[in-house]
Amino acid sequence: MSAPRGAAARGSLVSRLRLRERIRDREQAVYGILIIVALVFPMVTIYATDGTALVSQATRAGYFVLLAIGLNVVVGFAGLLDLGYAAFFAIGAYTYALLASPQLASSPAHHAVHLPFWLMLFVAMFVAGAAGAILGFPTLRLRGDYLAIVTLGFGEIVPQLFYNFDQWTGGINAVGIIDQPVLPAWIQGPWSGDGPIQIVRNFNFGGDPVAFYVLICILIAAAVILVSNLYRSRLGRAWMAIREDEVAAAAMGINTVTTKLLAFGIGASFSGFAGAYYAADVSLVSPDSFLFIVSITVLVMVVLGGMGNISGVIVGALVLYYVVFYLIPGLPENAKNIANSIGLSSETTRSLADATQHLNYIIYGAILVAMMLLRPQGLLPSRIREQELKHAAVQEEEAAVEMEHAT
Amino acid sequence: MSQQPAPDDNILELTDLTKRFGGLVAVDNVSLNIKRGEVFALIGPNGAGKTTLFNNVTGLFQPTSGRVVFDGRDITGFKPHQVARWGIARTFQNIRLFDYMTCLDNVRVGRHVRMKATVFESLLKLPRERREEERVTEEAMEFLRFVGIAKHANQYARNLAYGQQRRLEIARALATEPKLLLLDEPAAGFTPQEKVELMQLVKKILTRGITVFLIEHDMKVVMGISERIVVLDHGEKIAEGPPDEVRKDVRVIEAYLGKSA
Repeated sequence: MSAPRGAAARGSLVSRLRLRERIRDREQAVYGILIIVALVFPMVTIYATDGTALVSQATRAGYFVLLAIGLNVVVGFAGLLDLGYAAFFAIGAYTYALLASPQLASSPAHHAVHLPFWLMLFVAMFVAGAAGAILGFPTLRLRGDYLAIVTLGFGEIVPQLFYNFDQWTGGINAVGIIDQPVLPAWIQGPWSGDGPIQIVRNFNFGGDPVAFYVLICILIAAAVILVSNLYRSRLGRAWMAIREDEVAAAAMGINTVTTKLLAFGIGASFSGFAGAYYAADVSLVSPDSFLFIVSITVLVMVVLGGMGNISGVIVGALVLYYVVFYLIPGLPENAKNIANSIGLSSETTRSLADATQHLNYIIYGAILVAMMLLRPQGLLPSRIREQELKHAAVQEEEAAVEMEHAT
Repeated sequence: MSQQPAPDDNILELTDLTKRFGGLVAVDNVSLNIKRGEVFALIGPNGAGKTTLFNNVTGLFQPTSGRVVFDGRDITGFKPHQVARWGIARTFQNIRLFDYMTCLDNVRVGRHVRMKATVFESLLKLPRERREEERVTEEAMEFLRFVGIAKHANQYARNLAYGQQRRLEIARALATEPKLLLLDEPAAGFTPQEKVELMQLVKKILTRGITVFLIEHDMKVVMGISERIVVLDHGEKIAEGPPDEVRKDVRVIEAYLGKSA
């Protein structure tokens, strides 16, 4: 009697093992594919298009990925709706822009400051994180909708500040000629010079999209590792506990105020990271780059990708970046080309292109609605936890099967 | 138990505790002492202020007046997380689990307060944090085994059966290593069989040296496990003593038992 039951248990064990492997595979496969695409992308596009325009596009997608990873900490892990995330991005960008450009020479300080990019990455991270904590301090007693509105206000105020303190920030004229990252000469490599006799010089990132591309890939990889570590830690669980039930979390000994402050601060610090990078890459920082639409786009990336799941958020950011900055702006042109190729008159072609131009945002909205209806949980919903625990369950089942065999 | 508590060794002392909500007096001048290692029950009709009293002890509410002394320390006005840190854990009348976290994670959240990893250690997954995580996972599994739901460790808390959810809540509370455990109607909605199992679980908890303070409606459970009882009616303490005495108290019969007898 016990033999067939043991076999049945074993059968279900095997299927469970398969399931577990499939889930683990999915997580690893996503990262694997992302790494391969990241490696191949510059080679293929440079070869195919004979230029680096697409690589620069990809670096722009890259800082949105960084922003999405950071916002995911606040929204996905801790469940705090932040509608002003672009403010921290702005703070990071301006931190670098002011301390690594001629800007401050024309300010009341009368001295230009040129700090190295690598140092400023961390300074910007710290400044944005501190701004997050300062914003969080008076507001974290608020919940849900109220918190969202306060963060929305903050997101509106910060760009205005950069407008109005024009003595320091140049206001509407923006901060320009921002320093490019420089690799010191002692880090030698293929980038150091062509000939063996050439004097080895510091490597300047200026005008080299591939260098920026490599840099953003490294930054993203670092962010993914750090945030995954947090997710699987004491603090990560405390965030989720607060998201699920704040009263119960407090009763379990979690200091909800400091834990939420940490979510805000750490989330913001990643956007500071992205901001410093952005300022260096674009070399021009103006208040217009950090409007409400940026906050919303990043939020949509997080929700669309799968709140709480890091690989999902990355995919969401890439997909939405493609839709917003490529697919939608390119629509009129594409519509015209299609109309031309099927032989419509130039009159209709033009009116068709105009129509798509006008419909841009409607099409964008329709795509968003469709995506959310088809996959409300996001493209790649959070699964890491389940996968980790499938393991424990399988072990228990193994033990049960063993018991059955022993008797 | 190896150690017999001294007769006047109180783990919790409430002195003239009062909680007002506007004009409503939810808890009215209640004083009571709970001895280390006993099972102490708080009973009373619906709306008598039992849960409000719990909330005042655990810091969810600040008492309007009066004092809460726990383990020799005045904890009046402490925040919930501070109360938990000093060693009071609780369950809730309407189960409050972290629904979209697994059972194992629910209990690991309970371990939070006894963990030392800093943000920096967690960010970089330093060896000390890794070891602590491994240890805490083992410990959490141990608590799940203790309440008998280890095989559901990997399920979302919301997917558990009702009785298992109550057990998980107890496991989560025990994971904070409390000296005093507050159970708010732990047997509500239970079958007679489940009630018996719950009583066994409470006795098992006592052997760990934890004092149990419970609110319960079910008289069989209350009479079966508690050593002393306090009866609350309209926020006032109307009786206190061992189950047999309280059962005979005229005011109690009027206020509470009278309705069911």
